[in-house]
Amino acid sequence: MSTTTSAAPPRTSSETRSQRRVRLTDRARHERNLGWLLAGPAFIAMVAVTGYPILNAIWLSMFDYRLTDPEGRNFVGLGNYFTILTDGLFWQQFGVTSLITVVTVAAELVLGFGLAMVMHRALYLRTALRTAILVPYGIITVVSAYAWAYAFSNTYGFVNGLFGLGEFDWFGGTWSALVTVCVAEIWKTTPFMSLLLLAGLAQIPDDYLEAAKVDGATAWQRVKRVILPNMKAAIMVALLFRTLDAFRIFDSVFIMTAGAQGTETLSFLAYRQTISRVMVGLGSAVSVILAILVVLIAVMFVKVFKTDLSQQRGERK
Amino acid sequence: MKVSRRTQVYWIVGAILIIAYAIIPVLWIVSLSFKEGDDITNKSFLPTTWSWENYRTVFASDLFTTALRNSVGMALIATTISVILATLAAYAISRLDFPGKRLVLGVALAITVFPVIAIATPLFNLWRTIGLYDTWLGLIIPYLSYSLPLAVYVLAAFFREIPWEMEQAAQVDGATSWQAFRRVIVPLATPGVFTAAILTFFAVWNDFVFGITLTSSEAARPVPAALAFFQGASQFSQPTAPIAAAAVVVTIPVVILVLLFQRKIVAGLTNGAVKG
Repeated sequence: MSTTTSAAPPRTSSETRSQRRVRLTDRARHERNLGWLLAGPAFIAMVAVTGYPILNAIWLSMFDYRLTDPEGRNFVGLGNYFTILTDGLFWQQFGVTSLITVVTVAAELVLGFGLAMVMHRALYLRTALRTAILVPYGIITVVSAYAWAYAFSNTYGFVNGLFGLGEFDWFGGTWSALVTVCVAEIWKTTPFMSLLLLAGLAQIPDDYLEAAKVDGATAWQRVKRVILPNMKAAIMVALLFRTLDAFRIFDSVFIMTAGAQGTETLSFLAYRQTISRVMVGLGSAVSVILAILVVLIAVMFVKVFKTDLSQQRGERK
Repeated sequence: MKVSRRTQVYWIVGAILIIAYAIIPVLWIVSLSFKEGDDITNKSFLPTTWSWENYRTVFASDLFTTALRNSVGMALIATTISVILATLAAYAISRLDFPGKRLVLGVALAITVFPVIAIATPLFNLWRTIGLYDTWLGLIIPYLSYSLPLAVYVLAAFFREIPWEMEQAAQVDGATSWQAFRRVIVPLATPGVFTAAILTFFAVWNDFVFGITLTSSEAARPVPAALAFFQGASQFSQPTAPIAAAAVVVTIPVVILVLLFQRKIVAGLTNGAVKG
């Protein structure tokens, strides 16, 4: 996806097309040029800053390269990848990242659905509800992480007092530290999930629910048989966005545990290798692996999503 | 749908619980920011005496005020440029037929899913080489590319709902595409542009990864990154309460925007994601 080939189409394709479609009207050509004129700057801004670093990362990932020792830089091919993938620590971090992703996204889906139902049905307090829910969405992740880290802290926090846990040190063990990180993440991102679900919920005609109710369906049956199947698309979109986002978790971990007690995630590993240890080659390889994993997750989702959507369409039309 | 009074009471209870869920952690950090002395470690939700001390501390600290200036400046610049570029692009995508339209959308989607850290570390190397490391521009550029996709999607979704007959009517009356865009569509699209601006601002204001990887001094470090580098009197004591105060200060703009524009933000988020 290089800038030159993608920026070129307006000229080359207009030449080939005008040969094919002899009568390409002035208006159509004008529209085409205007299209690129308007979309071009945004496109270049997006590609230039991401395209080059990605290619650069792939290139650097094949070198044994430490920033403080540029002379010692030498080509190792896939050596860095081998080093990383055979390192137990990487797999542990992969496990931690996956665990956080699965736990938070699952919790957010359930909680978010509840939130969406209430926002959809509540006749009163609607504005207050919407305003309140946007606060966690808009708040800086670092601020949320500090708020929760201090809340759980056994020096400053109120959580231990609330649950009668005495001097329990949440950040002293892997599992309890992961719990705090997950709680902070779930709190911050459930509202986003719930808004996406709310959009899906709003598209279900009330008649469906009314009909189900008349037929004697219980509340749970209505949710399971009418609401959920009809908002599959919204659920898939919400899950996709949140999963990809959760897999990149960095801010909360950095602030709350700094990767201590085996809570390091893949993003954190990439950061630590490149920035703290200036192992540019290794760090770049971690970044590339992370990117590949994210793309794999996205592709998986889109595959499921597509078959699902086409099934839905087949049923309806 | 008809709802019995009892059911409605359940919904209200649910609503109150949700409001509590959303607000309590924020109230906690606010309360912490007003604690002083022994209160900081009193482990209860509220301070015994309310004190402005921590706010005085952070505003007296260059570290925080410079970071605040950096954050505000860079967020405003990046948001403005991003929204202008996104408006043009979204118009082209939703209205014009041109080859490569799908490519633009595809690239935008690819960027939203790409891990920020995977971009930040190569940028770190690149910026050091070309001298953009630790500068405003060095942060504004990645802010742009990371906020553009969201802005483009939100705006394209808005633009699809604008009554375009009016544009055609203008063109029939002799206006060019460009004139139709500027005179007819811009006024109709302003609410959407505004929403996109708020969401973009949130995204940029929230940045932490670029903030810590691409800066090394106060020259360009934004508040979230600066918070992580706050040091107490001794190296081992984190200045908890001043951090809380600084955190509250940077949360104020978010709360104000949410209070004023909650309806628009909700519409923007749901439209952009579902229809985009």
